[in-house]
Order: sequence, then C-alpha cells, then structure tokens
Amino acid sequence: MQFVNLAAEEKINPLIPHTAELVVGAIAFILLFLTLRKFVAPMFEKAFTDRTNAIQGGIERAEKAQLEAQRALAQYTEALANAQAEAQTLREDARAQGASIIEDLRAKAQEEAARITATAQASIEAQRQQAITSLRTEVGTLAVELASKIVGESLDDAARQSRVVERFLDDLEKSK
Amino acid sequence: MGNVTRSSGEGGFVPPSSADFELPPIFGDNAYTTKPIFLVFLSIILISVFFILASRRAAIVPSKLQFAGESIYSFVRNDLARDVIGHDFLRFVPYLFTLFTFILVNNLFGIIPLLQFPTMSRVSFPYVLAVTIYLVFHYVGIRKQGAIKYFKEIMFMPGVPKAAYILITPLEILTFFVVRPATLALRLFANMFAGHLLLLVFILGGEHLLQGVIGLKLISPFAFIIGIALTFFEFMVQCLQAYIFTLLAALYIAGALADEH
Repeated sequence: MQFVNLAAEEKINPLIPHTAELVVGAIAFILLFLTLRKFVAPMFEKAFTDRTNAIQGGIERAEKAQLEAQRALAQYTEALANAQAEAQTLREDARAQGASIIEDLRAKAQEEAARITATAQASIEAQRQQAITSLRTEVGTLAVELASKIVGESLDDAARQSRVVERFLDDLEKSK
Repeated sequence: MGNVTRSSGEGGFVPPSSADFELPPIFGDNAYTTKPIFLVFLSIILISVFFILASRRAAIVPSKLQFAGESIYSFVRNDLARDVIGHDFLRFVPYLFTLFTFILVNNLFGIIPLLQFPTMSRVSFPYVLAVTIYLVFHYVGIRKQGAIKYFKEIMFMPGVPKAAYILITPLEILTFFVVRPATLALRLFANMFAGHLLLLVFILGGEHLLQGVIGLKLISPFAFIIGIALTFFEFMVQCLQAYIFTLLAALYIAGALADEH
C-alpha cells in the first residue's frame, strides 16, 4: 500500500499541504462563513438589538411611571394642603360668624330688655300719674267732705272729736 | 492501519510519527475521501445546524439552545471583535465567528471518541485559514487607507529616524507579508500535530506494553492514565488555540484599520 510505503520511507514532511485538503478547506470555510453570515449572525444581532431595546424601553417606562407617581404625589400633597387651609379658613369664618351671631343676639336681647323696661316704666309712670290724678281729686273731695263735717259738728271735747274722726274714717271705709 | 502495521511488526515498538497523519483515502484512490476531509465537512454541517437551530427563533428571552449558541457568538463578538477592533467591529464578527467555531470544532475532533483526529493537524487547513486572514487584513487596510498610503506605512513606519529604515523596512515587510500568516498557520498546526502525537505515543504505547511480558503489562495502565490526563490537557490546548488564532486575526484586522501601525 502506498501509505505503508510512505511510512516506511519516512520521508513525509508534514508542512507540505495537499491540494485536495487545500481545496476542501477553502470551500468548507467559505461555505461555513456564508451560512453563518446569512443565517446566524443577523438573527443573534437582531436578538441583541431587541433585548437592548426592551431593556431600554423598560427603563424608560419605569422612569415615566416614577415621574407620573411623583407628579401625582405632589398633586395630592398640594390638594391636601389646600383642603387643610380651606378647612382652617372655614373654621375661622364659622368662629367669627358664631361670635358675631352671639353678639347680635346679645345686643338684641339687651335692646329687648331695655324696651321692656322702658315699656314697664312708661306704664308704671302712667299708672302713677293716673293714681296721682285720681288721688288728687279724691283727696280734694275727702278734704272738702272732712272740712264740712268738721265744720258741721261741734267739736268741744276730745271725745267728740275723736268720734267725728272715727266716723269719718268709718265713712271712708264704707265709701271705699 | 498504522496500528496494525506497528503491532504486528516483529521489530518491537515503532513510535508514532508524521506518517500517522497521512491517512489513506477511504474510497479507492480518491484524495478527496480521506478522513480529514470528511471531518471538515462534518464540522461545517455540525456548526451550521447547531447555530441555525440556536438562532432560528432568536428571542429576547432565549431558550436553552439559543442561550448556548448566543454565549459562543457573543464571546466572539464582544470579547474578541469588539474589545480588539473597537469601532466598526460588527462587519468582522461573521468572519471571526466562522474562524473560531471552525477551528474549535475541528480541534475538538481530536478528542471526540471515534473521530479522534484533529483536522487542524493537517497543515493544509491552517494554511487556508491563514490565507483568508492574510487577504482580509490587507484588504481592509487598503480599503481604509488607500493602497499607496497603506503600503507606505508598512514599509516606512512613521515616527522612525530615516537611518533606521534600512533595518526596519525589510523587517516590517517580512512581518506583514510572511511572518504573520505563517506563524498563525504554523502555531495552530504544530499544536494540534504535537498534541495528537503525544496522545498516540501514550495510548499506542500502552497498547504495545499490554502485549509484552507480565512486567510490562503492569506498566501499561500508567501509560493509559497519562494518555487520559493528556486528553484533558489537549481539550484545553484545543480551545486555547482556537481562541488565540481568532484573537490574532482580530488584532491584525485592528492593526490594518488603525491609522498608524
């Protein structure tokens, strides 16, 4: 066999290439290169790009969501502060209003009291006047009556005098 | 076949030699039907099928298969192409990826049971790969800087005193046109060749010891144990050589793309 002969001759130089192997090596390498370049590399590159985009998209979405949440929080905080301020204002208003109402009522009550007092005083005054008027006429009459009685009777002694007075008083009682 | 010759020989143990790498055609005398050639075709089929399946439905959330393929791809893409070439690395990724996977799988054939032959120990294949890198890095250099400027910068390195050109110009020309591709090819070839030879020595040696007297039979397990240990070592070398070849290819491309060498 050729191989055995070669081996026996020990003249093989491993650095000398074989034509068949050179041809096959070149063809195989080019085939593999074309296959990998056409079918494999673009798919992997696409996956890498997609992955990068997905991660970037995810980060962007997360950032957006965070921003939105912060904005919402700020809004709520502001709204809460506004509400508190409003409540404070309302409370103060109510207190002021309450105070003014009480003041009003007190003033009205005082006025009413003053009015009632005035009316009462007026009526008392009127009655007093009436009493004075009637008393005056009555005292006059009585004085006249008493004088006539005194003049009419002889008032010698004290007993008599006292009788007369007694009688007068009795008449006074009776005439009432 | 070599084993048969060796074992049946009357003259004792014949150490494995470069003859063990000259495998005969499987079908008749056709030089295109040798084991290395079948292995090369097997490798491109395996690589293509694996990566097409892994990348066919490449999704944002990868499947296990996609993850496996993607890890290798992104290793070449990020750790080799991007870190070495930098800007505009993307168009070299398919080439470097092909180089890496092609060399890696063909190297690994050296320790895969039944196949057990590192294709790259046939010097023709590293030569072909070196020619491709030779063409690629000169091409990108000429495209990038124009033929005249590119060759001028190789021959007359800027920032060097004029007198030094006597020494530097021949060296630079030698480096760019001979040494770089030749060392690439020879490094890969020699590593695979030597590794396979080492495995042959220990495993065939162990086998030969088994056929000897009882004392030699007792030694043979040690030969096999060393052979197994060397297989692990070879695995490391095979991966490393694929990495180094691709890394240097990327470096040469980066050098050709750079404005000053």
